[in-house]
Amino acid sequence: MEFFLVTLLNSLSYGLLLFMLSSGLTLIFSMMGVLNFAHASFYMLGAYFAYQIGAYTGFWIALFLAPLVVGVIGAFTERFGLRAVHRFGHVAELLFTFGLAYVIEEVVHLVWGRAPVNYRIPETLDFTLFTLFTTQYPAYRAFMMLVSVVMLITLYLLLTRTRVGLIVQASLTHPSMVEALGHNVPRVFMFVFAGGCALAGLAGVLGGNMFITEPGMAFAVGSIVFVVVVFGGMGSLVGAFIASLIIGAIQTFSVALNLSLLDFLNLFGLSISEDSFWYSGLSITISQTAPVLPYLLMVLMLIIRPRGLMGNRET
Amino acid sequence: MNQNVSLRLSEVRKSFGSTSIINGVSLDVFEGERHAIIGPNGAGKSTLFNLISGRYGLSAGRIELKGQDITNLDPQNINRSGLSRSFQITNIFPKMSVYENIRCATLWSLGYRYSLFRRISTIRSVRNRADEIIELIGLGDREEKLAGELTYAEQRALEIGITIASGSDVILLDEPTAGMSRAETNAAVELISKVTRQKTLLMVEHDMGVVFDLADRISVLVYGEIIATGSPSEIRSNQLVKDAYLGTQEGVH
Amino acid sequence: MARVFSKKRIIFWASVALSFVLLPLVFDGGFSLSMLSQMGIAIIFVLSYNMLLGQTGLLSFGHAVYFGLGAFVTAHIVNFIDQGSFWFPITFVPIVGGITGLLFALVLGFVTTRRAGTPFAMISLGIAEMVAASALMFTTFFGGEGGIVTNRTAGGVVAGISYGPQIQVFYLIAGWCLISMMGMYAITRTPLGRLANAVRDNPERVKFIGYNPVRVRWLMMTLSGFFAGVAGALATINYEIITAEALGLMASGNVVLMAFIGGINHFWGPIIGAVLVTLLQSALSTYTQAWLLYFGLFFLIIILYSPGGIANILAMHAPVIKARLFKSLASSYLIIFLASVPLIVGTIAVIEILYRGGAILGMSSLVSWSSSLVLIVVGLVVFRFAQRRVKSVWASLDLELRKRGFV
Repeated sequence: MEFFLVTLLNSLSYGLLLFMLSSGLTLIFSMMGVLNFAHASFYMLGAYFAYQIGAYTGFWIALFLAPLVVGVIGAFTERFGLRAVHRFGHVAELLFTFGLAYVIEEVVHLVWGRAPVNYRIPETLDFTLFTLFTTQYPAYRAFMMLVSVVMLITLYLLLTRTRVGLIVQASLTHPSMVEALGHNVPRVFMFVFAGGCALAGLAGVLGGNMFITEPGMAFAVGSIVFVVVVFGGMGSLVGAFIASLIIGAIQTFSVALNLSLLDFLNLFGLSISEDSFWYSGLSITISQTAPVLPYLLMVLMLIIRPRGLMGNRET
Repeated sequence: MNQNVSLRLSEVRKSFGSTSIINGVSLDVFEGERHAIIGPNGAGKSTLFNLISGRYGLSAGRIELKGQDITNLDPQNINRSGLSRSFQITNIFPKMSVYENIRCATLWSLGYRYSLFRRISTIRSVRNRADEIIELIGLGDREEKLAGELTYAEQRALEIGITIASGSDVILLDEPTAGMSRAETNAAVELISKVTRQKTLLMVEHDMGVVFDLADRISVLVYGEIIATGSPSEIRSNQLVKDAYLGTQEGVH
Repeated sequence: MARVFSKKRIIFWASVALSFVLLPLVFDGGFSLSMLSQMGIAIIFVLSYNMLLGQTGLLSFGHAVYFGLGAFVTAHIVNFIDQGSFWFPITFVPIVGGITGLLFALVLGFVTTRRAGTPFAMISLGIAEMVAASALMFTTFFGGEGGIVTNRTAGGVVAGISYGPQIQVFYLIAGWCLISMMGMYAITRTPLGRLANAVRDNPERVKFIGYNPVRVRWLMMTLSGFFAGVAGALATINYEIITAEALGLMASGNVVLMAFIGGINHFWGPIIGAVLVTLLQSALSTYTQAWLLYFGLFFLIIILYSPGGIANILAMHAPVIKARLFKSLASSYLIIFLASVPLIVGTIAVIEILYRGGAILGMSSLVSWSSSLVLIVVGLVVFRFAQRRVKSVWASLDLELRKRGFV
């Protein structure tokens, strides 16, 4: 019971983080038709910038500044990179973001080295919020959830209640029409891209000290974010939300479950000796298969229902 | 003109969601005839073509090709049974040369499947048929050009070439003269008569000059239903048709 | 059928074969030989990849799966030979890798090729991640972290060849490279190869000329898997060790870069990419830690300025040279080259400064930084000017070429 609740809470905070990342990716995809391979790289930059800025100004200012810097970099990327490649088609855009991910990772190696950096949870948040049975629940996780929720509500209100938001929504589906109405659609694209990157950066600020901050983090999280976006349906925010929670839960639970088929069989009094051929296969625990599960789900979804849970665009 | 029915549509219906586009179309196209479908925009002409050629599935009804039921078959199966169609928006292979565009279209009918063990340039029958078609559509001197670099009219000619390359008996042409000048249209009409000799032609057209020039019979499609079918003179004088589409101008030709 | 063995064709492939034979004599030395071997493997791999991308329009992010699986199966087979379980000449062992790749591509491809475009790319990525993640689970087959070690001299000496010395392995790779190149080229000349191009250009239309685009993709995927497996087998033989990295995402990403940098629109384009990238990876990595960064930047520049890759750039100049108009380009190219020198040097300097912690070439940190930045700024300015000049020369050249019928 305790295990279940704690893991559930953990998967919730992780899922919300995933949603912050995947919502930015979904917005960018909806608007520009480009799957931004470098999205997780901006997540990584957020973490590193927060670390670097925080060393001078403390966590709270870094929390505010780092996503902004990442957003600005995103704007530059769109303006001078993506826009130039746009005329060569979607594949070229995809590959551009792919190359960008490479380059960002190497630049991070360059500036901060290959070892993880000591990006720590700020002291003000480093306490136990409450104790569930025997597990202490860190306040920082709750903080992460709080910021995620606030950010996402803000985003939702921005998109649905403001004029800018309406223009963005319209540009998502009918950019040429919006342009014909006199709006600067390329600039809207740039803002959305920058906004998506800033969101990723914010996720990095939050996640970087909870999990580890190292050059490999972009790659690790990036793949999962893709799974989320594809599973939920490319272009659907609601789908991304549901998928984030599901995938987040699957990852969090599976890593913690040291049960294998063998244990299941043992429940019924069946057991197999270690020398048997089947032993190694059956003794694989769920936690050992954990890395594979999200991808397995994604592949299954792509086979059965390529547009994902709630998507409406196949490409 | 034979009385064999090459293409038979029976009570064909198509809806997209709750929007009904084709509302019970029944039509017999006879072997060797040139049959035009006209009608106002949005009447469903292209949708009808898409249904016949297998691009869309039917919501209800039947389609028979030379007696064989082709309802809801995949496009490639319908094509293999002897029906080819062209597209209103040019649908060619832009990064391949004119010659290669036509050549690919000849392969199945000449007996080549997903063949791996022949060098395509040495297959005489393919080469001859491709040369023949390219001559026919008048692109002989543009043969090596990439299809994406042709002029609009040349691409429309190529479009027709791809359609007839397989030697299908039943040809569907979707607005073949769309966007053409008067001179280009005349050339296109000549081309179409030439290539569809002895074949069954079903054509969607907006240019009334072309329609009355080429067609043996005309069907008028309005709001997903055929309101009249008949010879050009019958259609011209039909009141329903005049009200719905042709207008009351004298000398529409 | 007389055309199959046309003189021109025979002379061409014979000269390729001859140059393969002569290469190690020109580039002798252990380092060169191992790099040439690496290039041979990379060429087969990247050409197999381009069967999917350049020829059929399938962007895959998981092609290394077939390479890697071919390599692992080959490793186990070679070990069986070494233990004496059965005998099979090492020379023909790559067939085993090829068949492995083919079978996996057949099975996985059946599922993946039903979609194209972005869904295909994502599903290929997903499968690659799945296989890479499973590699750590099934340690008997994949050998865990350490991988599987083999002995390429297994099976003893055959006709004087033991595959102990690198030169023998090079010729093995060169031979398979030649056969693979010829095979993959031949495929492009078949009906299937042409249909693949049609599917790349317009899969919808292919249905209306009687073919199922999914079937075409699936067949091309299967064939491509074969050659990828051959490359993997040769890698096992060459390095005598194979780890899970070989089927990982890094390797898959690498082949994408190679193909694009070389140019996917020409058959021989990716070969340029394979050679260049292998060269950069081996040579650069001895001089600087930043080679992967340079690599990535180079890729970005290619995507931004010439998505058709180096092959496209070369092909673009062919009509110019034929019309003997290259002179008009020469001066503007010279200027742009001169302009890019300070730009490139400055950028490299900055990167190297960062990697080496503040200073280079014995200069003080301040001098290093300021001179690099000055170089970059100056370079940028002159480059923009030169770029504009090149563009205008090309514009008038283009007009002239069209007028004269060369384009």
